[in-house]
Amino acid sequence: MKKIFILLQKEFIQIFRNKTILPIIFVLPVVQLLILANAATQEMKNIKLAIVDYDCSPESRGLIEKFTFSKFYAIIPVERSTKKAIKLIDMGYADAALIIPNSFGAMANRSESIKLQLLTNAINITSAALINRYTSSIVLDYATNATVEFGKPTISQASIRHWYNPTLDYKLYMVPGILVILVTIVGMFLTAINIVREKELGTIEQINVTPIKPYQFIIGKLIPFWVIALAELMFGLVIARVVFNLNITGSIPLLFGFAAIYLIAALGLGLILSTSASNQQQVMFMAFFFMTVFLMLSGLFTPTESMPSWANWFNKINPLFYFMNVNRMLILKGSDFSNLWPNFLAISIIATVVIIIAIKRYKKTS
Amino acid sequence: MSYIEISNLSKSYGKIKALNNVNINVDAGELFGLIGPDGAGKSTLIRIVTTLLLPDSGYVNVLGYNTREDYKKIRGEIGYMPAVFSLYSDLTVQENLDFFAGVFGATVAENYNLIRGVYHMLEPFKNRPAGKLSGGMKQKLALSCALIHRPKVLILDEPTTGVDAVSRRELWELLYDIKHQGITIFVSTAYMDEAKQCDRVALIQKGRVLGVNSPHGFAQMFPHKLYDVYADGIWSFLDKIRALDTCKSAYMFGSNLHYVSTDDAETTETLTNKLHQIGLSGDVDIKQINAGIEDYFIRQLTENAELS
Repeated sequence: MKKIFILLQKEFIQIFRNKTILPIIFVLPVVQLLILANAATQEMKNIKLAIVDYDCSPESRGLIEKFTFSKFYAIIPVERSTKKAIKLIDMGYADAALIIPNSFGAMANRSESIKLQLLTNAINITSAALINRYTSSIVLDYATNATVEFGKPTISQASIRHWYNPTLDYKLYMVPGILVILVTIVGMFLTAINIVREKELGTIEQINVTPIKPYQFIIGKLIPFWVIALAELMFGLVIARVVFNLNITGSIPLLFGFAAIYLIAALGLGLILSTSASNQQQVMFMAFFFMTVFLMLSGLFTPTESMPSWANWFNKINPLFYFMNVNRMLILKGSDFSNLWPNFLAISIIATVVIIIAIKRYKKTS
Repeated sequence: MSYIEISNLSKSYGKIKALNNVNINVDAGELFGLIGPDGAGKSTLIRIVTTLLLPDSGYVNVLGYNTREDYKKIRGEIGYMPAVFSLYSDLTVQENLDFFAGVFGATVAENYNLIRGVYHMLEPFKNRPAGKLSGGMKQKLALSCALIHRPKVLILDEPTTGVDAVSRRELWELLYDIKHQGITIFVSTAYMDEAKQCDRVALIQKGRVLGVNSPHGFAQMFPHKLYDVYADGIWSFLDKIRALDTCKSAYMFGSNLHYVSTDDAETTETLTNKLHQIGLSGDVDIKQINAGIEDYFIRQLTENAELS
């Protein structure tokens, strides 16, 4: 016990004396949250829309006005010609063109079903889908009996309501995910680099000839980063609350409870990586590789439901997937333990397996 | 009792035999030197003795404990100073010392008298990060940290490599002091002149021990007549001297030349004549000398190198 205390003391002195790592630990969450949450947004703004109005009735002008006042659209002036509108899209001056047929006003008044056509530049599928969705919702809002056709009529007239994030604020979706990245970077990267640095400098050899046991060394290495990563999560949540007005609807102790178990898995992974690398360059590269794979599949950017089944199978052992789940469910939805327990069970199993492998590997290589 | 018992020890890295059937016994209270050129296997041997590496065959007992089974007991009783500085350079002198005392369950205060000789030179810098010390100071700190738990055996891997001449001498003086405090010392070095400082020496090359003896004992084993020659510009005649019929070997020794003769009838006169014949002019100062340990080593190392 006393030896672990001595190791911890030494580790904390070194961390707090490190003029490079320490600022990064605290600057990282601020920068990541502020920049990433704002930049990595899927909200569309300034959609360049060309409207071809064959009707020129008060009703069609009313619809155009709706688009003019929307902050999401910039209206591109165009002659009454579908061909001209398509040319604008071809040349990149417009993202989409909305074609209002000449019977629009009359049919709207007679409550007949109206069909409008939307032509979208679909080079970026994500933004095309968003434009389609936004545009049809504005049209629907104006005339409930209208349908927007995208080439062929596919859209249903069902109204959409977004639960838990009613304004579809993309930041609220991103912030919990970014918190996961932060905690993982501190947990996995810093642990791995720290241990490899001792290898590189040869200090681990000096430690190895002392009576310090491997488990003492591992505990001495993992606890500091476990504490720092949890502090990082707290720090990140405060920033999210202050800057993005993120309201944590679920229980905060439950969130930290999950993070505490998750971190054992992340730290253990860091330890496994450190046993396979002999310098910091190697370990950084390996950690980056694993982090990217885990992150891409975790559902931070794209919903896991739309991934192929092999990806969903892989996600069963992906710790980031569970943390991402729990973070969003707990922060946005307010889920409690009765909803989250499968995630707790899974992460506990993963953490146990990882840490056992890590200790075994460490003992073998030292 | 042997404090370190190395028996039939072999270790290979792939096809390279780093150690080949090594046998060495280090007695209690000895200052024992392991001397050999770079790549002789010194570090491998030391890493096995310090329980950092397992041998392929043979065994090492330290204080009666086997390095394979009882490595935990050995680690508590030895002090190890590796060849490269491996203390925490971001911790201060004092913090390093406290840390290494702590991990052995000792305190700096209780063993202070043991390291006083080393540490009093470091004391003025005790709040300086270890990485910011000079090379010699780093060595002294490493030595202090290796001693702070009062080990029974102190093992040093090339402590004088890359250290200036003054610090080298200081370090050897410190090793004497430590030896007089009753600590057995096992030290490796590539410098042959340091062999004289040891009680006993093992000469190692290409993984083989060429002999274990006291420095004096080694010197007496030298089988030929040896002459010390001084003349201006003698080094430029080295090739011609080596071509002489009685020349076993000739090598520069400081500013002088050591000439090993195969002819027992050789005298200073006959040798002087030979040197004049090959064109060496001016004052030639020749005297027959007793071989030192270095002469013996040079002979052994060249012969061993020619054999393999």
